[in-house]
Amino acid sequence: MTNSFREFSKAKALLCIGTNMTEAHPVASYFVKQAVENGATLIVVDPRRHALADFAQIHAQIKVGSDIAFLNGLMRVLVEEDLYDKPYVSENCEGFEELKAKVMEMPLEEAAKISGVEVDLIQRIARTLATAKPAMACYTLGITEHTCGKNNVMSVANLQMLLGNVGVEFGGVNPLRGQNNVQGACDMGALPNVFPGYQRVTDPAVIQKFEKAWGVTGLPAEVGLTIPEIMDGLPTKQIRAFYIYGENLATTEPNISHVEKSLTAAEFIVCQDIFLNETTRFAHVVLPAAAWGEDEGTFTSSERRVNRVRKFKTPPGDAKPSWWIFKELAARFAQEWPSISGQELWDNEISVLAPALGGIKYARIEQDGLQWPCPNEEHPGTGFMHRGGKFSRGKGLFTAVSWTPPAEVADDEFPLVLSTGRRLFHYHTRTQTGRSGLDQVLSEELADISPADAQEHGVVDGQMIVLESRRGRVNIRARVSDRIPKGLVWASFHFLEGNANWLTNNVFDPTTKTAEYKACAVRIRKAS
Amino acid sequence: MPQITVNGRVVEAKQGETILSALDREGIRVPTLCHVKGLEPRGACRVCLVEVEGFRGLVPSCSYPVSDGMKIHTHSERALEARRTIVELLLADHPDDCLYCQKSYDCELRSLAESLGIHQRRFRNTSEPHKLDLSNSFIVRDEAKCILCGRCVAVCNSVVVNEVLNFGNRGAKAKIICDTDVPMGLSTCVMCGACVQACPVGALTEKKAMTKGRSNETRVVRTTCPYCGVGCQLNVQLNGEDLVRVTGVENAEPNRGSLCVKGRFGYDFPYAKDRLTTPLIRENGELRPASWDEALDLVASKLKQIIAESGPKAIGGVSCARSTNEDNYSMQKLFRAVLKSPNLDHCART
Ligand code: SF4
Ligand code: SF4
Repeated sequence: MTNSFREFSKAKALLCIGTNMTEAHPVASYFVKQAVENGATLIVVDPRRHALADFAQIHAQIKVGSDIAFLNGLMRVLVEEDLYDKPYVSENCEGFEELKAKVMEMPLEEAAKISGVEVDLIQRIARTLATAKPAMACYTLGITEHTCGKNNVMSVANLQMLLGNVGVEFGGVNPLRGQNNVQGACDMGALPNVFPGYQRVTDPAVIQKFEKAWGVTGLPAEVGLTIPEIMDGLPTKQIRAFYIYGENLATTEPNISHVEKSLTAAEFIVCQDIFLNETTRFAHVVLPAAAWGEDEGTFTSSERRVNRVRKFKTPPGDAKPSWWIFKELAARFAQEWPSISGQELWDNEISVLAPALGGIKYARIEQDGLQWPCPNEEHPGTGFMHRGGKFSRGKGLFTAVSWTPPAEVADDEFPLVLSTGRRLFHYHTRTQTGRSGLDQVLSEELADISPADAQEHGVVDGQMIVLESRRGRVNIRARVSDRIPKGLVWASFHFLEGNANWLTNNVFDPTTKTAEYKACAVRIRKAS
Repeated sequence: MPQITVNGRVVEAKQGETILSALDREGIRVPTLCHVKGLEPRGACRVCLVEVEGFRGLVPSCSYPVSDGMKIHTHSERALEARRTIVELLLADHPDDCLYCQKSYDCELRSLAESLGIHQRRFRNTSEPHKLDLSNSFIVRDEAKCILCGRCVAVCNSVVVNEVLNFGNRGAKAKIICDTDVPMGLSTCVMCGACVQACPVGALTEKKAMTKGRSNETRVVRTTCPYCGVGCQLNVQLNGEDLVRVTGVENAEPNRGSLCVKGRFGYDFPYAKDRLTTPLIRENGELRPASWDEALDLVASKLKQIIAESGPKAIGGVSCARSTNEDNYSMQKLFRAVLKSPNLDHCART
């Protein structure tokens, strides 16, 4: 997020696109609802009429996978009607002419046809955004989990820059991160292309810096493989050993049958986790890790805030903190790592190596965490980024993008679109919520379908249906809901049985390698 | 800037603020049972009455604005007597089962009575027997203990904006209802628990905390929620190493006391019986327990062999977006500095 949660409730306007905050980020949704109570304009763009839409002045019930057509449509109106922030754009941005040319390519009628949002409504939303300024744009995986995920993100950023909403309080481009520390894992360089602090693995100066700090030579100077590429490398033996730390890949990756095939083919799998799970079935060695509450450390939230995580119980049996396990392994390769606690790792290594984290030390975050960039110990942290439209790269760059359809669209054989996500009462594969009494509230997978599709297939609420894609088939209970538009099926991936990932399509955004969890073609029928 | 005098001390106040807010900033405690900081005052419980020189009646400090030259006495005999009577009336309609009540040690009514020197009943007890609503998976309601302060209604509607709780009926029959007066478990309640955290007495309590022991024995550890990326701040209350309950840290960024059902109630998993407690090695198709040395030696030798035969790029890794920064840092350091493999990723995208 370029901006902070504390701004939500005081925002003048919010554009929430592809984010079902009430279920996935409930506390953030409280702030959005408070903003509405305080008079803010809320625009929700989502295929589902989810609970936040009940609070919105405008809900655009967009078709799955049509975001760019819709956003380009908005921008076309802003440009055509001269409603965009001209001084901001000319002073702070580059690439406007290309963007303009791009958004003028597609007539509004076409955008309306693709997105399912009528021309009038596209115009109304654009005009509302131009007047109710600034607006905070918030999104989640509804934007990113597409083969065009990266372009979707660019498109949201384009819109916000065109409106002059980046670099101001109560504005910004705000992806709400799904997992507690997905922001932190990125910041720490658990990515194939960057060291901690987003320093490129291909930059010789950076390599030198880390070689010196770590007392080693020969750090790999190339961009490594992403998860789907690693998985594909298993059957071909390009990858012979696979170290899986805390991820239940066997149920969270798209197209479970394909995943199982890859994992079966692996020569050596190490799983480091807190429970046995679907993935440890494939492991050759399982290492027991300490869980949340059993060690000291930090998580970094969506708003770039580094928060303390504290120990309040001892790990069971022989379970050990993960950093200890990695350190012990390093020792077996004759490397003695100096840090022996979360605090030492952070204070003496991480905050020293990542410039944006330089001013964050444990002693400073005993109470509230600090938001990076925080370059030195006098720095108060950064609530919103790019202040005054001053971007880190100099000028904000418009990246003109065209709409592309999902890799698999509905056809005669598979006439419905399946979209997936999380529900309020569970988290991912339930390794945590399933052991915390939340199963009593929701104990099985459900497929949400529209009343129209239910009627067409003679299905009533609560009935078992067969939900089928080109990759697999599940038996699942139908939940008929008028919050779902005709043509859409919505399901989650909390339970192995009925898990939507038996059906999802293992196709990925070419750059980010994010899977298209939000769109694949399916059909339904009554279970016999 | 208005200047006021409180108990003989001159205090700077802010234009338009309430007496209570000025007192609060000065660290002068005036009790209230209905007020929720940051929300509109309701003036319902009247426990916050103070004496203002020149005013005929006592003044509810939570809703009355300051004005320049005001001379306020927060603990005059008149104010105390009024508070005492109000609390005694509340106690007359309150079950006497503190011994069995989960809130016992952090009951604001009980502590208020004590601080006002109330040691015995003045009015006959007319309270009803328990009226429990156990229909909600996580929250227990006991209407008999409700003092109708309205804090739960305020937080449910104005803080978490889930709009479930409301006042039903009027006068003597007044009560708090869920939706159209249905059992809480059948209502639209999303179990965020804000109402429980706000309730000053034992009318709203936590089911899971019922067998966890009394809270005067507990210690509190502040930490960060393990679920989504909002990063809510939690106070974990512990009895020894047993987790009694989780509450949202008031006035903390980002959540300012609020939580959702996962953060508040999803805390049992570290205690699960099926946690992994020892390293395991697969042998003849089965996983068998092993020592750390045996397991780590095996991992190291296998990785060394593969690196020797196929190079470091034959190793791939996935790090964990649920774990701490320090653990993620250590894993990428293992891959880069030790194994020399660039193939490390995590599920940044889901
Ligand atoms: S738990 Fe939350 S939603 Fe349910 S009644 Fe209480 S405040 Fe309202
Ligand atoms: S309490 Fe709920 S909203 Fe807050 S961090 Fe935890 S899961 Fe997210």
